[in-house]
Amino acid sequence: MIKRFLYSQKVAPYVFVFPFVAIFLVFWVYPLLSSFGMSFQHVTLGQEAEWTGMDNYQKLMGDSVFLKSIGNSALYMVLTLVILIPFPMLLAVLINNKRMWGREFFKSAFFFPALTSVVVAGTIFRLMFGEMEGSLINSVLGVFGIEPVKFLKGHLTGFVALLALATWRWTGVNILYFLSGLKNIPEEYYEAASIDGASAFQKFTRITMPLLKPTTIYVLTISIYAGLAMFIESLMLWNGNNSPKNIGLTIVGYLYRQGIEKNNLGYAAAVGIVLLAVTMIINLTQLAFSGMFKKED
Amino acid sequence: MKKNTALNIVLVVVFAVICFLILLPFYAITLASFKPGEELIRYGLNLKLDFSVMSLDNFVFLFTGDHAYFTWFFNSLLLTVVQVVLTLLVSATVAYGFAAYDFKGKNILFICVLLIMMVPFEILLLPLYTLTFNLGMMNSYSAIILPGIANAATIFFFRQYLSGIPKEIIASGRVDGASEYGIYARLILPVMKPSFAAMAILNGMNSWNNFLWPFMVLSDSHKYTLPIGLKTLLTPYGNNYDLLIVGSFFSILPIFILFVAFQKYFIDGMTAGAVKG
Repeated sequence: MIKRFLYSQKVAPYVFVFPFVAIFLVFWVYPLLSSFGMSFQHVTLGQEAEWTGMDNYQKLMGDSVFLKSIGNSALYMVLTLVILIPFPMLLAVLINNKRMWGREFFKSAFFFPALTSVVVAGTIFRLMFGEMEGSLINSVLGVFGIEPVKFLKGHLTGFVALLALATWRWTGVNILYFLSGLKNIPEEYYEAASIDGASAFQKFTRITMPLLKPTTIYVLTISIYAGLAMFIESLMLWNGNNSPKNIGLTIVGYLYRQGIEKNNLGYAAAVGIVLLAVTMIINLTQLAFSGMFKKED
Repeated sequence: MKKNTALNIVLVVVFAVICFLILLPFYAITLASFKPGEELIRYGLNLKLDFSVMSLDNFVFLFTGDHAYFTWFFNSLLLTVVQVVLTLLVSATVAYGFAAYDFKGKNILFICVLLIMMVPFEILLLPLYTLTFNLGMMNSYSAIILPGIANAATIFFFRQYLSGIPKEIIASGRVDGASEYGIYARLILPVMKPSFAAMAILNGMNSWNNFLWPFMVLSDSHKYTLPIGLKTLLTPYGNNYDLLIVGSFFSILPIFILFVAFQKYFIDGMTAGAVKG
C-alpha cells in the first residue's frame, strides 16, 4: 500500500525534490529565522538568551568599527566592479577574435589563478606585498627609484594589495563568462554592420555591449554579492582578523569577530541581517533597473 | 591582410604582458619552494634565481618530515570525493524532479533554489554554528557536507541540461512498465553523464579550496583539511615557511593537473550559471 503510494506518478516528484526541501528548511530557513530572532537578543553560546529588542541595531548604528567595516566592504565592492567588469569584457571581445594567435593558451593561463584557494593565493600576495626592500613589489618599485612601501600598514596601499589579489583571481573567470555570452551573438550582425560601414568601436558599443547585457547582469549580481561578503582575502592578507586600525576589516570580518571571537552572537546576528538587507536591496535595485523583472515578450 | 597581421602582433604582445603578470605569482612561489624559509623571512618573496641557496630540501621535508601535511592532504581528498559524489547524486535527483514533472508548489520551490543563489552563505555562519553545536555535530565531516548537499547552482545547471532531453524517453519507459524511479536510475542518469563531468569539477574545486565553514567546524588537527592546515602554519609567533611554501605549491598541483586534463569541463562548469541565467 505504502509502496503503491510512493510509486504513483503524483507522489514521485515530491520524493525527487524532497532532499532539497529538507536541506532548505534545516540549513537555510531555520538558520535565517534564528539569525533574525537572535539579532533581537543577547546570546552567548551555551547560555540562556535574553530579549533586548532593538538594542543590537541601535548599538550598531553608533558603532564606529562597524561603520568602518561597511565602508571597507562597500569600497571593495565598488572598486572590484569598476575593474572586474569592463576589462574582462574588453579582453573577452579581443580573445574571441578567431584569427588571434594563441587564444586557447591565453584563455587557460588567465584562468589558472582561479584554481588556487584563497588561503594559498592570499599567502602569496601577502609575501609579494611584504614591506621589505627585497619583496617582489617593492623590488620592482625600487627599479624606478621608489622607496619601499609598507603596503599592509596603510589604508590606500592595503586596498591596492586586496584589489590586486581580487583582480588576479577573477579576471580569467569573468573573461570566461563574457566569452560564453559572446558565443550567443550571431556572426551575421557584425557582417551586416560591416556592410553598413560601421567601425570596430561602433560594433562594440552598438552590438556587443547591448547583446552582452544578460551576461553583464549575471556578473554584476555575483560580483556585488562576492564583494560585500568578502572576508577570507582580508584574513589571509593580514594574517588574521586584526588589521592595523581595521583598514582591512569587512562586514563578514566584523560578524566573525563579534560572533566567534567575542561570543557575542546576538550582536553578530544583527550584523548579518544588515549585510543581508544591504545585499538584497542593492541587487534587487540593480536587477529592477536593468529590466530583469520585466516580462519577456 | 597586412593590417590584420599588425593588429594581431599588437594583441599578442598585450596579452603576453598580462599573461606574464598573471603567471608571476606562480613563478615566485615555485622559486620560493626551492629556497630555505629563512631566506624568505630575511629577503622577502622575490624573483632572484640564486642557485647557491636553492635545493630540494623543502621537498624532502615535505615527503619525509615529521608533520601532518599528508594527513591534511588525504582528509581534503576524502572530503572532496565524498562531497562531490553525494552533492551530484542529490542535486541531480532534485533537478530531475523539477525538470520531468509538473506538480503543485513547483514554481515556489524553484524560486527558493534561485533565492539560495542570491543569499550570502556567510550570513548563515553563526546560526549554522549554533545549530551544529546544539546537534553535537562539531568536529565532524557531516557538518561540512550536509548543508551543501543540495547545491543550488548544481541543481540549476542539471535542470537546464535535463530540459534538453526528450520527454519521449520517460514516456517510453512508462510504456515498458518501468517505475518512476526506475526510469530515472536506468534511463535518465546514463544520459546525464556529460553534465556530471562539468559539475564534478566545479564542486570538486570548491570543496578542495573550501575554507571558512570547515575552519569553524573542525577543531581536531587530525581532521583538518589542507587549507586549514596551511593556515595554521601561519602563527603570530613566527611562521613555518619551509612547509607553508612548499605545501602551498604542492596543494595547487592536483587541481592544476585536473585542469590541464579536463579543461573543457572546467570551463563548462564555471560558466554554467551564466548560460541564459
